[in-house]
Amino acid sequence: MPAIEVAHLVKRFGAFTSVDDVSFTVETGEVFGLLGSNGAGKSTTIRMMCGLLTPTAGAIRVLGIDVAKDPEGVKRGIGYMTQRFSLYDDITVGQNLDFFGGVYGLRGPALRDRKAWAISMSGLVGKEDLLTRSLPGGWKQRLALSCSVMHAPRVLFLDEPTGGVDPVSRRRFWHLIDALAAEGVTIIVTTHYLDEAERCDRIALLHAGQLVSLGTVSELKDVFAGRALLEVACPRFLEAQERLEREPFVLEAALFGTRLHVVVEDAEAGRRRIREILTADGNVPAEVERIVPSLEDVFIHCIESADAARAAAASPA
Amino acid sequence: MSPRKVWAIATKELRQASRDPLSLMMLLGVPTMMLVLYGYAINFDVRHVPLAVRDLDQSRKSRDLVAAFVNSTYFDLASSVGADADLDELTQRRTAKAVLAIPEDFSRRLAERRRATVQLLVDGADANTATTLMGYASSIVSEANVDLRAEVEGRPVEPTVSYEPRVFYNPELRSTQFLVPGLIGFILMLTAVLSTALAVVREKERGTMEQLRVTSLKPGELIAGKMLPYLLISLIATVLIVVAARILFGVAVRGPYLSLFVATFIYLIGALGFGLLVSSVAETQAVAFQVGMVASMLPAIFLSGFIFPIRSMPIVLQAITYAVPARYFNVILRGVILKGASLLPYWQDVAFLVLYAIVVMGIAYSRLTRPEA
Repeated sequence: MPAIEVAHLVKRFGAFTSVDDVSFTVETGEVFGLLGSNGAGKSTTIRMMCGLLTPTAGAIRVLGIDVAKDPEGVKRGIGYMTQRFSLYDDITVGQNLDFFGGVYGLRGPALRDRKAWAISMSGLVGKEDLLTRSLPGGWKQRLALSCSVMHAPRVLFLDEPTGGVDPVSRRRFWHLIDALAAEGVTIIVTTHYLDEAERCDRIALLHAGQLVSLGTVSELKDVFAGRALLEVACPRFLEAQERLEREPFVLEAALFGTRLHVVVEDAEAGRRRIREILTADGNVPAEVERIVPSLEDVFIHCIESADAARAAAASPA
Repeated sequence: MSPRKVWAIATKELRQASRDPLSLMMLLGVPTMMLVLYGYAINFDVRHVPLAVRDLDQSRKSRDLVAAFVNSTYFDLASSVGADADLDELTQRRTAKAVLAIPEDFSRRLAERRRATVQLLVDGADANTATTLMGYASSIVSEANVDLRAEVEGRPVEPTVSYEPRVFYNPELRSTQFLVPGLIGFILMLTAVLSTALAVVREKERGTMEQLRVTSLKPGELIAGKMLPYLLISLIATVLIVVAARILFGVAVRGPYLSLFVATFIYLIGALGFGLLVSSVAETQAVAFQVGMVASMLPAIFLSGFIFPIRSMPIVLQAITYAVPARYFNVILRGVILKGASLLPYWQDVAFLVLYAIVVMGIAYSRLTRPEA
């Protein structure tokens, strides 16, 4: 049985469709990433899975339980953590753990054991009596994670858990996530950091509420199969992008900083043509190289083709 | 409902409160401070009012009358003026709140057994004081009349009907005696509503409420856990107010303390429930504070019979007072504190308080459990 099944999920806020017919399943023990820019519908999706929001249409089953029918049953088996690190700032680390343990009905030796486990897992040994407010961001983040797993949930939802935290702390946090996953906890994490997405077993790419791509990182990169990605460096890169987009042999031309990433059918022919065109324009390229596509290339490719498909559907061709 | 989960919330709430001594002091200390401030500030007793006298007669009889005014202690002789004085100016410059004008033929007319008239000019800017002064003056003058008649007849005169009022429960008619119970109702309403409303809205504002909603915590457990600590704190505040009222204003609780406790307990449940209701409307602490202030304070002051008698209000306002719990609480407290009564004669008022608590808690519960759209 998959840990999570999402089928034709839709959420509308008035006229605005935040989540538009999204379907996917997450296997037990998987680290599943929901990737997308701000407003793509990641948080809305995760909040519906936790039972915090009611879907407009579609069905969600978590641990085999229908969220719409038995939200309380789902809540017992899940943990949830947001980028706001929902902790109580004005009490100590230990008191926060006591509180969340207590709210989940733990007490006595069970609470003590779990608390000791949480403190050692999150590397907060000896910090129990510190005021939560005084902790650095990375520690707060690990404490928030500990609080959300006090009741040993089988599914853990993390909504942009690493927002505003330094890279070292982020790395450490991902070690915790991997450790939890190794214990068989299914983890659903939203992020807009591509390096974090690379650490997920599978990724669902959301754009404007729609699921535009789903699979492992290498599966996603397969969208470039049979085609070549060229990186172009030239002085007037904006002009070059406009110019190349007009050429039929150029499938896509996207700007990455001051460089262009150009998708073509044939690497050698493409390189030659690009050099010719730009040199004729007096915009002589310093470099035209074939590169291995990154997740960012995939991301931009998926978004652009989704937007193009939508525009084509909208215009009365 | 799991007592363990309720306890977890209540402990957390108390721990937060103890980390914030300023707020805790506010909750405990402000009620007593308000009692002191309002107790001294709101005083309807009219005494030692500055009186100017224009005695054109300057006889023994006219001086007797002035002495009767001053000896009553309601009036102090502020100035004596002559015939040419501008009486208007005396009240305008606030040297006197009342002017007693005795005409030059005062003693002569009395000697001729004719009706003598004196004039009292009263500053009507403060209508309450003016009315009270006129009452005092008329009783001073009628007492003077009895003495004058006796003098003329050469023997004591027995009035045909003698009027001897005796005031129960507050024999000196001191207004603090009557205001303190009302103040307790008003102060408790304010602190109870604000403390719960802020405690819940703070969680919304910091995002911890969402965290709680993902736990398997039932709304009833959350509400009970939030209310218990503030119920406890409000009860402690009540003890402080009662002690302060005793020490500072000599207002003793004459009735059974159990009655006082039970009535206060029921009243507080309603007030805390109202605080929850406010928290379900407000999204930020600032809004909760303002809404809580206005919605708890105004009715408790103006529509509870605390200062303004309900019977003299317009019918519409009178109807609204039935929905103001302080109205019932004031009646009960005055009974228990001043009259030494138990709750028995006030069962209807107690029933209304219970009804209010149930209705408000019910609405708050349904609003707080309503799922997000």
